[in-house]
Amino acid sequence: MPSEKQQEYKDNSIKENEEIYPNPELNENVDELTEDLDALLDEIDEILEEDSEEFVENYIQRGGQ
Amino acid sequence: MSTPTIIGTETEFGISVKNAREQDPIAASTLVVNAYRSRNMPTISWDYAQESPLMDARGFIDETQKPIVEEDTYSVINDILVNGGRYYVDHAHPEYCTPECSNARDLVKYEKAGELILDLSRLAAEQLLLDNQEIIIYKNNTDYKGHSYGSHENYLMSRKTDFSDIVGGLTPFIVTRQIITGSGKVGAENGTDEADFQISQRADFFEKEVGLSTMVERPIINTRDEPHADSTRYRRLHVIVGDSNMSEFTIYLKVGITAIVLQLIEKRVVRDQFALNEPVAAIKSISRDLMCNQKIELKDGRNLTAIEIQRAYLNLAQKHLSKDERTPIVDDVMQKWDFVLNRLQKEPMSLGRHLDWIIKKKLIDAYIARHGFKWTDPQVRMLDLQYHDLRPDKGLYLRLQKNGHVERILTHEEVVHAIQHPPLDTRAYFRGTCLRRFPSHIHSVSWNSIIFNGPSGFEKIMMERPHFGTQEIVGEMLNTCTVDELVNQIRDDCK
Repeated sequence: MPSEKQQEYKDNSIKENEEIYPNPELNENVDELTEDLDALLDEIDEILEEDSEEFVENYIQRGGQ
Repeated sequence: MSTPTIIGTETEFGISVKNAREQDPIAASTLVVNAYRSRNMPTISWDYAQESPLMDARGFIDETQKPIVEEDTYSVINDILVNGGRYYVDHAHPEYCTPECSNARDLVKYEKAGELILDLSRLAAEQLLLDNQEIIIYKNNTDYKGHSYGSHENYLMSRKTDFSDIVGGLTPFIVTRQIITGSGKVGAENGTDEADFQISQRADFFEKEVGLSTMVERPIINTRDEPHADSTRYRRLHVIVGDSNMSEFTIYLKVGITAIVLQLIEKRVVRDQFALNEPVAAIKSISRDLMCNQKIELKDGRNLTAIEIQRAYLNLAQKHLSKDERTPIVDDVMQKWDFVLNRLQKEPMSLGRHLDWIIKKKLIDAYIARHGFKWTDPQVRMLDLQYHDLRPDKGLYLRLQKNGHVERILTHEEVVHAIQHPPLDTRAYFRGTCLRRFPSHIHSVSWNSIIFNGPSGFEKIMMERPHFGTQEIVGEMLNTCTVDELVNQIRDDCK
């Protein structure tokens, strides 16, 4: 069965093919980022490079294509 | 008959070594690419005889650009991959090219497999560094200080389509598609107007409408005419204007909708009816229009928003693509295109699971709200950069994905599989399978040739049609033949 998440892409003029190319690994319980934003921000605080100022200052690349 | 869809992308990655006495991006890139190669196979060369990067699609060779290429001695570190792709050091960046793919979904799979290849290389390379040193690889396009590196898309087109029709039909699409394909960037650079946050990583770097250069004065439409295929039948459109995307959903739409628009150009349904007055200015102003409602002036006097222009292309696709052209994936791409345009019209921020620039913007907004930072604070820029970090435990996009906060197109298993297996339905199947089966009998490879070094000497096999060499055509031959039998049989078939 197509999930609710996949229903939202539907347009009546277009035939159904969600069964063939479903979006896998959808977590129905997490609709919007905001729902557990706090936990996420805690995580960012934990893993963001500590020396941000020095790090972004020193991040210099050569131009590419 | 329409040209078969063949898509490939090339991604240059940013690289940094933590706690290094001095940053040497060429040495770091070389270390990373070699760390992957040494685990794999014998040295096989890249056959540069098949390349002509200075050939201009408008019909001439640009001699003035020659020295740049000749000085480029670092491009010799090469790895040709068993998935049919290529992995090497380009200038001062590790670069990964996907194999040729026949559809948008496969392209996402092989581009994502490339991210895993980079991360596996990083892990192997780190073993050779001091204990306190770490390699960090970013799939982004800028150091925020005016140095940009690219993410290029390639699309097979018919040689019969005039290049001027491509310029006319594609420019308005390319300038406006960033509302879907942008990766988001904190700040502005390259002498452009200030911005707290903009939609595109690359928009600040485009200074011309059309041209051959990819490194300075970058053009919206690049004219490199190097088809890597039969040049009497095909061209390869080299799109250099896009952002490197983390989101599977975004990559899928980016290449999916662009391939559709190129089909419309080949059918001459799209001509120059959406021609913009000032595309170079528009690409920068649209990048700064986070509500996506600013009107852009067209040459015919109309004023339309980027959403309206995208909608007009979609309407033409819905009307003019034939039943054969509307494969299940093309239909799915059009559904999702329609879906994002509706959401962008109503409330762009409601696409916080789908599009890179919006996923990133929502994350930064929340982070700023929690800590009271300003847009110019280094922590905010750090968050922007770390969104693109390929380390699964540190990269912010990858953490969001792991926790189910973003839409996926693929399963992780499919991506892992694509590291070792080529697509089945393009010439990448022949290339990748030969590399796996006969590694010690291959002298060199290019996109459209393989030079075998078999028991009876050197033999060059050309692959001038990217949609040939598939499992269906050569699968059985590759499974049963010795290298000599293979070469002889192909030579006989070609007679």
